Amino acid sequence: MSEHHHDHDHGHDHDGKPIQEDELPALEAQILETSVRELLIEKGVVSADDIRRAIEAMETRGESLGAKIVVRAWTDPAFKEKLLTSSDDALMEFGIDMRPMELCVVENTEDVHNMVVCTLCSCYPRPILGIPPAWYKRRDYRSRAVREPRAVLQEFGTELPDNRQVRVHDSNADLRYLVLPKRPEGTEGWTNDQLEALVTRDSMIGVSDVRSLDELVG
Amino acid sequence: METKYQPGDKVQILQRNQPGHVRTPIYVRGKVGVIERIVGAFPNPETLAYGHSGLPYKMLYRVNFKQGELWSDYDGSPDDTLEIEIYEHWMAPA
Repeated sequence: MSEHHHDHDHGHDHDGKPIQEDELPALEAQILETSVRELLIEKGVVSADDIRRAIEAMETRGESLGAKIVVRAWTDPAFKEKLLTSSDDALMEFGIDMRPMELCVVENTEDVHNMVVCTLCSCYPRPILGIPPAWYKRRDYRSRAVREPRAVLQEFGTELPDNRQVRVHDSNADLRYLVLPKRPEGTEGWTNDQLEALVTRDSMIGVSDVRSLDELVG
Repeated sequence: METKYQPGDKVQILQRNQPGHVRTPIYVRGKVGVIERIVGAFPNPETLAYGHSGLPYKMLYRVNFKQGELWSDYDGSPDDTLEIEIYEHWMAPA
């Protein structure tokens, strides 16, 4: 039998067409967005290419910028102080302007582990970390991270001793949060590039530590 | 703009049922926490979200709660905390 056949129950039939017509109809807000966008282009306020470029920039921005900021804080105590106390000025050095939001940087230490969630929606430091991961927006992460953070961390493979305090930050209003992970022991004398390779997206959201040295070498 | 509370002050989040674009999640309503820092004055999201100016600005604070205060059966460390931003009109001295 050449034709593979499959039973499935995910709510549509495969009728052999490459594109399945199971997209939901546009929401009112989407229709409004399209109308406003078309008007702005028609009136010459912005071009279609401006919009495309803005989307591309948003979607290609990733954790590498965050990693650079973290490594600068690890290697430059004056910058770290500025980042923790007056983050807007610190970010300007990287050409990042978060306004009207403000960045709140929270530091992991031997005694404290920080973790970020937005229970009400999906607030995330996009200018630094890009688009949030899908799980960050899911109802289960959003509700459980505040209710049982240690269980959630364990599911991410992050085992914490009982005496390390867990501080959960609900990003519910005008601040955006960046976790400053702990610099691993044994990285003295490393170059910035080597250090940046340790810093992951998840370590800056606080659901894990940075990459272990073994992981990097392996 | 004046701040009614200072870091270290104990506050109780108001137990108020209010529809709309409210940034105070239900799980902190009625709970007692401590002001961690003053964030500053921001447009009121409860009106801003509906195309209004958001004026007058509302003072925003970060409030620190013991997890045990939020969840009576919390089983992590007693030192574990939750920190969240709350506008001044959502709290009272405790």
